[in-house]
Amino acid sequence: MGPLAMHILSGENAVAEGIARQYAHHVVLPEDMFCDFHVEVRRPSSLRRWWRPQAHFLFDGLSLFNPLPADQAFPLLEWGLNWCISSHCHQYLIIHAAVVALEDRALILPAPPGSGKSTLCAGLVQRGWRLLSDELAIIEPATCNLVAVPRPISLKNASIDVIREFSPDAVLNPPVYETIKGTVTHMRPPATSVRDSDRRAHPAWIVLPRFEAGSPTTMTPITKAEGLMMLAENAFNYSVHDRSGFIALSRLVSHTSCFRFQYSRLEEAIELFGNLAKTGA
Amino acid sequence: MTDLVTAVLANPASLKTLDAPGWDELVRQARQADLLARIAALASDPSIALTPPAGVQGHLDAERVLMDAQRIGIRREVSYIERALAPLDIPVILLKGAAYLLADLPAASGRHFSDIDILIPREALPATESALMLAGWMGTHNNEYDQHYYRIWMHELPPMQHMHRQTVLDVHHAILPLTARLRPDSRYLLANSVPIQGSATLRTLCPVDMVLHSMTHLFCNEEFSHGLRDLSDLDLLLRHFGQQPEFWAELPVRAVLLQLGRPLFYGLHYTRNRLGTPVPDDVFAAIKRQHAPPASLLGIIDALWARALTTPHPGCDDAWSPLARSALFLRAHWMRMPPRLLLRHLVHKLVTPKPRKKSQPEDPDR
Repeated sequence: MGPLAMHILSGENAVAEGIARQYAHHVVLPEDMFCDFHVEVRRPSSLRRWWRPQAHFLFDGLSLFNPLPADQAFPLLEWGLNWCISSHCHQYLIIHAAVVALEDRALILPAPPGSGKSTLCAGLVQRGWRLLSDELAIIEPATCNLVAVPRPISLKNASIDVIREFSPDAVLNPPVYETIKGTVTHMRPPATSVRDSDRRAHPAWIVLPRFEAGSPTTMTPITKAEGLMMLAENAFNYSVHDRSGFIALSRLVSHTSCFRFQYSRLEEAIELFGNLAKTGA
Repeated sequence: MTDLVTAVLANPASLKTLDAPGWDELVRQARQADLLARIAALASDPSIALTPPAGVQGHLDAERVLMDAQRIGIRREVSYIERALAPLDIPVILLKGAAYLLADLPAASGRHFSDIDILIPREALPATESALMLAGWMGTHNNEYDQHYYRIWMHELPPMQHMHRQTVLDVHHAILPLTARLRPDSRYLLANSVPIQGSATLRTLCPVDMVLHSMTHLFCNEEFSHGLRDLSDLDLLLRHFGQQPEFWAELPVRAVLLQLGRPLFYGLHYTRNRLGTPVPDDVFAAIKRQHAPPASLLGIIDALWARALTTPHPGCDDAWSPLARSALFLRAHWMRMPPRLLLRHLVHKLVTPKPRKKSQPEDPDR
């Protein structure tokens, strides 16, 4: 997936099926490669193996988190992989944001949970935008370019049906109920996004999305300073990069147009982003 | 898995012989030993002229970025501590990582920093604690037992955490607990401490004391996840200070004065054996004669430490590793406290619940 190679071990059916469906377009690497992260999802050796079974996420043999119910094994793997990247890949500046691109011009959607960022990201990807990531904007500090690590897009609660209706051919995992975030599932990234994952994208737009039921679709310009603050507030490792992190974000923002965006109808939203890309604003 | 981290620390040029699967194992082992930053520092040495396989360089770069940030953070934090304690007009001695960094020692290279440790005169403890609290550091471990444990038995205050920056500061008045069998007198340490350039109050231990403290910390500690990291620090200190001829003459004399002859022997014995640290033969022979445990006991101790000083990766353990670590854990406590106190402490720890792990991976939807 992009510049990263993952070594994943699991005896869980849900993980095997999830990977087969969601990573169908990814490449299986030979055994003798350098792998960035070695992870495992497996049942504990205690009674919870059988009685109300649980699954552990192991990072190179270490259990750093409490286990979850075994039916959440695939989301657990995805959350664990996010954690691996965001807490180790400090050669990049990493921001909690979805990133999609059209002709290598990147749209960055930094946002707190509940903003409708993943829904928007899934919608855009189903209409031809290239997926870089639905959770992690990975920035090369020296160039300010965005690195693609296209992985399954996580969908929650109401947005699952929104995407099913919006794009019946989207490949979704069976939903998992009663997780800490409610009902969750994942959507497979398009083959083209996976194929082009070695291509960097240049920052073009920063858009702070907000879903509000019944609201009209509005796009309001904001200052670049505000755009920078959005990125900094949502960054995982801004402090690790110290001064050079601020400099990199300032340079990145200088190449972009920044907006606040409110929407309730996905179709309208996607159309508006299409126009944005055409006018090049 | 073989222990690649130890092999690379002992012979950095061996990095050149690693293939992709070799690097895969090294990065995993080094990460768990908290030594990936040091491997990154070794790998960037131009004399090795290394081109690691695809994917590896990113992890080495990530370590350097993290290390640079921590260095800036520690220097900043030390300056806040200096400012908070300046009105007291007492010597403030930096210990371990912060000392290596502020004194520009090679042991600071490729080292992660977490807490800051300082040593101050015991009589200045109340004033120091008040001054730090005024500047925003708050006490932790606020239950009755822990307070008693730290204030009556230990050699430090309960760790203090800054209310805004969340940084942790350990304020020591000695380098071993008050209840320990070995009792190095802090007055000697303070008397010989050396100033840090550009500061009126900040100091470090003198070279021999710094080395003895590093040995004491490693061989009297009860926790071994940083065993190899600490051994590597010690190796770098010895290689650096060992270039001055008077260092080797002072070291055994000072160890006797501070009651640290046994840790000195272990320190030299294991850095030599495991990392090939150069120690003059006559110096080592003399220290061995005077301070080594009887040969039969040393055989057992060697078997234990060999496991505790191996890279802490599941792949590097053998069947005896858990037992060895438990035995050394008990030994460390045995050294720390007299038997009755030890029994009381272990019973207390046994019946008090442990803190829990994080509930789930810190995924982006924090």
